[in-house]
Amino acid sequence: MQLYGTEVSSALLLGTAQYPSPAVLREAIAASGTEIVTVSLRRETADGSGAGFFEQLRQTGCRILPNTAGCHTATEAVTTAQMARELFATDWIKLEVIGHSDNLQPDVFALVEAARILSDEGFKVFPYTTDDLVVGERLLEAGCEVLMPWGAPIGSGQGLRNPDALRAMRAHFPEVPMIVDAGIGRPSDAAQAMELGMDAVLLNTAVAKAGDPVGMARAMALAIEAGREGHRADPIDRRDMAVPSTPILGLAELA
Amino acid sequence: MKITVNAQPHEVASAALAEALAELGFPGDSVATALNGQFVPRTARAATVLTEGDQLEVLAPMQGG
Repeated sequence: MQLYGTEVSSALLLGTAQYPSPAVLREAIAASGTEIVTVSLRRETADGSGAGFFEQLRQTGCRILPNTAGCHTATEAVTTAQMARELFATDWIKLEVIGHSDNLQPDVFALVEAARILSDEGFKVFPYTTDDLVVGERLLEAGCEVLMPWGAPIGSGQGLRNPDALRAMRAHFPEVPMIVDAGIGRPSDAAQAMELGMDAVLLNTAVAKAGDPVGMARAMALAIEAGREGHRADPIDRRDMAVPSTPILGLAELA
Repeated sequence: MKITVNAQPHEVASAALAEALAELGFPGDSVATALNGQFVPRTARAATVLTEGDQLEVLAPMQGG
């Protein structure tokens, strides 16, 4: 998959929050085979812990994708992205503009506005969006070259709540790298996203809060690989009725 | 001069943002700054003058999803 001209082999993007310890995070990153990890920005504390965390991540060799999590307006998101670009020395930004505090649904109007401003400033915008086709079109018009529709609300672990909408997006934007972001709970959810033809999956809570985060990171990687291979292998169509798989021809008459 | 730093009231003697950051104990090269909601790049900190009541945000890398 090509993301803004960068070739990426792994179809798993991993969040770095909520792990039981920095050591488990490091092991989970290694087990997942991911090449891209997401990070955020928060108020610096007196102990300078932020710098230490960033240095640990740098040692993994992964590419950093900062987010604008927690922003509720386009202005906040743009300022956060500008700060992230300096802090992490990357023009990649996972653009989140939250519209509703209950389901953390994107405010797609502010999202498009912020995407346009940031694209004009040279950012490579990865927009966290809904599975709405029209919004997808607006984001592409605003300069985005990647779309990241949600599977379900952030952290909910519900899997793909509307696979038909994701399928429609895939069909409508066949050339646009598409990453399902948020809502994945189990490996089967991640495999389903890949079977739909998605290019990648971004997840965090499903691994970080699993009983065995490292084991789950490995399981997700395997499921994503299986789903990707399955999609490429062109699955059969569903049928309402049975069709015998064993040939009828030559069947003995024993009745 | 009284300013607000990360939502906490602070008293700083320095007028320039770069010096105020050092005075407040922040490692200047591992934080990003915004003054009154506007991003201030590292290179502009020395020339950025603080005034009474300014709202300063000092952000650092953090775990995120």
